[in-house]
Amino acid sequence: MTRSVSLKSIKGFGSAKGGVHHWKMQRLTAIALVPLCVWLSVSIALLASADYETIVKWVAKPVVTTLLLLTIAALFFHLKLGLQIIIEDYVHSRQLRSLCLIGNVFVALVLAVVSATAVLRIAL
Amino acid sequence: MGQPDRPLSPHLQVYRPQLNSVMSISHRFTGLFLGVGALFLTCWLVSLAAGPAQYTIFHTWVVSVFGRVILLGWTFSLFYHLCNGIRHLFWDAGYGYELRTAFISGWGVLISSALLTGGLWLWVFFLGTRT
Repeated sequence: MTRSVSLKSIKGFGSAKGGVHHWKMQRLTAIALVPLCVWLSVSIALLASADYETIVKWVAKPVVTTLLLLTIAALFFHLKLGLQIIIEDYVHSRQLRSLCLIGNVFVALVLAVVSATAVLRIAL
Repeated sequence: MGQPDRPLSPHLQVYRPQLNSVMSISHRFTGLFLGVGALFLTCWLVSLAAGPAQYTIFHTWVVSVFGRVILLGWTFSLFYHLCNGIRHLFWDAGYGYELRTAFISGWGVLISSALLTGGLWLWVFFLGTRT
């Protein structure tokens, strides 16, 4: 008895979907976000009762600007990867799924660039 | 070319809920909810860049009861996703698969995310009253 699968029974099923690249990048961004999220939530907690001027001055600090930009990059990349999996799992209509996957990339990218622009506008 | 309609994901409704399955789907829900939180983070940064008047609009929304409840939800979701994410990273590295260990780490995640959420909010509260 052969345990191999004939080509004709695989054709038409599409790709296996999961490339290892997605998996790796999800873990990589997750590892990056561990310290970044802790830093951001502690910082926001410290700024909870701060006024506008104080927060703007905080964002403009070179270390804070850098860390915010890194957080934005890792966060929106991680978000794109996570939402992609959810869409692939639960949106069954092929047309709608394609639309969602494309929209997911655009929305994540636009939000990341808008956030980074805001940070740079304050800092520079 | 015809594509057979094959099921892609486990059907949640046919399984009896148990700690690990509930925590798994919660990881997705908190991730989704944190996605909305990321949009909120963008709004915060944009309002800061836009100027004091725009920031006031944002701030008024944040300190409202609705804003605070949502913010509490985001804090818990963040810590849950963070702690459970670390648990997942240990699994990825090949550790913690024994049933007993998985249950202990599961409860550990739930307890630590609750403690971190409570701790952060209490800390903010006491910082606020001190200044």
